[in-house]
Amino acid sequence: MSQDIILETRQLTKEFKGFVAVDGVNLKVKRGSIHALIGPNGAGKTTVFNLLTKFLPVTSGQILYNGQDITAEKPVQVARRGMVRSFQISAVFPHLTVLENVRVGLQRKLGTSFHFWKPESTLHSLNARAMELLEAVDLASFADTQTVELPYGRKRALEIATTLALDPELMLLDEPTQGMGHEDVGRVVELIRKVAANRTVLMVEHNMSVIANLSDTITVLARGSVLAEGPYETVSKDPKVLEAYVGTVEEAA
Amino acid sequence: MSRTAILYVVLLAMACIAPFVGYPLFLMKCLCFALFACAFNLLVGFTGLLSFGHAMFFGFAAYACAHSAKVWGWTPEVAILFGTLSAGLMGLVVGWLAVRRQGIYFAMVTLALSQMVYFICVQAPFTYAEDGIQGVPRGKLLGVIDLKDDMVMYYFVLAIFAAAFALIYRVIHSPFGQVLKSIRENEPRALSLGYDVDKYKLVAFVLSAALAGLAGATKSLSLGLATLTDVTWQMSGEVVLMTLLGGMGTILGPVVGASAIIAMGNYLSGFGSWVTIIMGATFVVCVLLFRRGIVGEIEHRLGKKKSP
Repeated sequence: MSQDIILETRQLTKEFKGFVAVDGVNLKVKRGSIHALIGPNGAGKTTVFNLLTKFLPVTSGQILYNGQDITAEKPVQVARRGMVRSFQISAVFPHLTVLENVRVGLQRKLGTSFHFWKPESTLHSLNARAMELLEAVDLASFADTQTVELPYGRKRALEIATTLALDPELMLLDEPTQGMGHEDVGRVVELIRKVAANRTVLMVEHNMSVIANLSDTITVLARGSVLAEGPYETVSKDPKVLEAYVGTVEEAA
Repeated sequence: MSRTAILYVVLLAMACIAPFVGYPLFLMKCLCFALFACAFNLLVGFTGLLSFGHAMFFGFAAYACAHSAKVWGWTPEVAILFGTLSAGLMGLVVGWLAVRRQGIYFAMVTLALSQMVYFICVQAPFTYAEDGIQGVPRGKLLGVIDLKDDMVMYYFVLAIFAAAFALIYRVIHSPFGQVLKSIRENEPRALSLGYDVDKYKLVAFVLSAALAGLAGATKSLSLGLATLTDVTWQMSGEVVLMTLLGGMGTILGPVVGASAIIAMGNYLSGFGSWVTIIMGATFVVCVLLFRRGIVGEIEHRLGKKKSP
């Protein structure tokens, strides 16, 4: 097991009552890379994410994180190992302020999260770090806003800031630019590039220009299996991939 | 002093003068149910868990307190503490089973378990079934202060209420409360940030159960009786009603809602069984016109953007 592989799956399989959603997927994510998982709708991308983060139990196969078998672990344990995910629908805490959202990410390390007798002011020591993270995603001026009032693109940025608060070794982003306007996409791409500088990113993404721009390696899934793998140049010319997408590749590019 | 602090001081002052204007017994009942609703709100409003069996903690603690005061002759503060602890312990068992399920299944598990507690109370000898435990002596506080006088008892109840309310306020505004709110807002996200959500829910559940027990125990001493009514599922429904009417997830809402429901039951008692219909109609109007509840709506109108 080579040390520069941070995450590996061996014959990862998930069946839902006879329907095989993920079928024998072997995935190797290199440390420090940006790895994209693409594929047509229903290819099993989000299911793979749910399996990796243990939100769904694995039917068969193995998941190795830093060489250790984490197949039987719980979501909390996986998160604490440093593999933190985002969600397809924006995962924020709508009725907390923007600052509080990020602070929830920072708070656990204080070890006082069960202390119901302590005042909230004991969390204020985290505010400076939270503001730094908000500045990194260009949200500092919204710190006291109720999150529910943020525009969609900003919510996605906040979600990334909250994930960064955990300082994850491996970030799993589920369609970070989904549903965004053009300017927002540009901002998120820059953001991902920035945060990927000293960590690994595995992302599901539909936007081909984002993938071409960002990713070092691409894995194409179709009907639950790996169809192709490699850098954008190779994968985008693969006839099998073009067929699976029936022309959508050209459209998006 | 902040505006919120001034508001609480004014309210406390009003509560101190209240027994000179209204009936102490009625006011005590209001305070006990207000505390019950606040305890319930900690769970439904700040953790996002709808329990449909909270009467089991309220009613069982009432029995425990009444029994220990009447039969064992314990002093009121120890009897109340005993009631509170027994409800907390029951909350630990029920919560441990219930927090594994979400949404309607959580509500159903709590309802089923509270029905079991109800039938135990119907059968067990110490509850005196239909009669209930009557004539519970209030005793002497710490063996010194005689609580027989309604005015003295009222201030004792007010002190309990104020302390419990302060505790709930602190829980909501604590590091723990922040995690609870994040679970309420987006449970999978809280989980993905490394929070073991079930454990947080269980602690919240036990706190809520113990505080509901405190309310029930205090009620049984101030009114001098513990009856089956307090453990019925209708009582579990009533606390939902109180919380929704006043404003779920607001701090003062349950107090307002509980007072309104108790006042309705009291002043409209001339209408007999029509009271239930009037309450139901009020509830429907409330849900249709101001979904946020009385306090929730006021806060919204005042443009208070920041959630408590």
